[in-house]
Amino acid sequence: MRLFALIIVSGCGFLLIYGTADFPRWADPAAPACTHVSDYYIEKSEEQTCVPNIVTAILADYRGYDTMFETTVIFGAGVACFFLLRNYRRKAPEFRLYRHVPTGITFRIEKGGKFPDDSAEFKRIDSLWTPQDIIIETAVRLLIPFIQIFALYVIAHGHHSPGGGFQGGVILGASIILFAISKDLRSAITRIGEQTSGLLCSTGVFVYVGTGTLCLLLGANFLDYGALAGLFHSTTAMARSHGIMIVEIGVGISVMAVMVCLYYIISSAGNMDEGL
Amino acid sequence: MIGLLDLLILMIVIVCGIAAISIKDLLGAAILFSAYSFMMCLLWAIMGAVDVAFTEASVGAGVSTVLFVAAVFHTTRRTKD
Repeated sequence: MRLFALIIVSGCGFLLIYGTADFPRWADPAAPACTHVSDYYIEKSEEQTCVPNIVTAILADYRGYDTMFETTVIFGAGVACFFLLRNYRRKAPEFRLYRHVPTGITFRIEKGGKFPDDSAEFKRIDSLWTPQDIIIETAVRLLIPFIQIFALYVIAHGHHSPGGGFQGGVILGASIILFAISKDLRSAITRIGEQTSGLLCSTGVFVYVGTGTLCLLLGANFLDYGALAGLFHSTTAMARSHGIMIVEIGVGISVMAVMVCLYYIISSAGNMDEGL
Repeated sequence: MIGLLDLLILMIVIVCGIAAISIKDLLGAAILFSAYSFMMCLLWAIMGAVDVAFTEASVGAGVSTVLFVAAVFHTTRRTKD
């Protein structure tokens, strides 16, 4: 059986490598990708969309449909993970650990006992609790604002430099995951809850599709941002630039929420309670 | 010079890829996969595809490693069956 699998895998690998022999050489001007529309994009994209970064212009404007469905795929993946892994019928944990903050004593309260409310005096801690390190906590608290500002910069500056909604959204999500790792999962969930993250997932897609539909209502094609010129009181090219911006923000929100949602679910094994 | 660097990074990519599927330890596999992603990111950057490199660095080497580690956290050292 193993030999059979090896033969199949080597055969496929050989075919793939054999197929690459027909590829055009790297940076070959006669390659099929360079002969049809590339010249048009390189010559006209800045004039038509006011976006110096051609990649952003193509991704969000000329190939807006592709990016819209990519965002939908990410949203769908997040929702699928949620439905597969979220565990609503979970048994209540056997015991909970609380810490009395002024004295530093840890309480173990069995099931059926009275759990104190989370307050300044009693703090719930994970059953696999590791002591909080003041160095890590302080360093993370100092780092997170800068990470988030960088993420917003990546989203907003995607017109001029590499970056955009996907990358910025991932970095924004990573800052929240970093917070969840440095404190604990519950304190992250109290800030950005399960419902909030789920709502943000769909908000991002809604912003994207809504922009496209708005163009449709204003009498142009779907996702033809030039139709927004009347709303922004600007030229058609500038309106396309603004349209790309709105769409990137939508993608950023969606990707951020999906990343946070995925981390919550995976790290707590679907319970949204105790986790990494 | 850049060709030599290209070749070196490509070698590391292949070594990381083979090591990631042959290693027994799951956490090690996650870290090796992260290293693989990071080397791919360098390759994209060398080829001039900076946007793709950025995506690879943030998604491949960053968040997916965290998700892998979070999943490995819920596994046990030995299988029960």
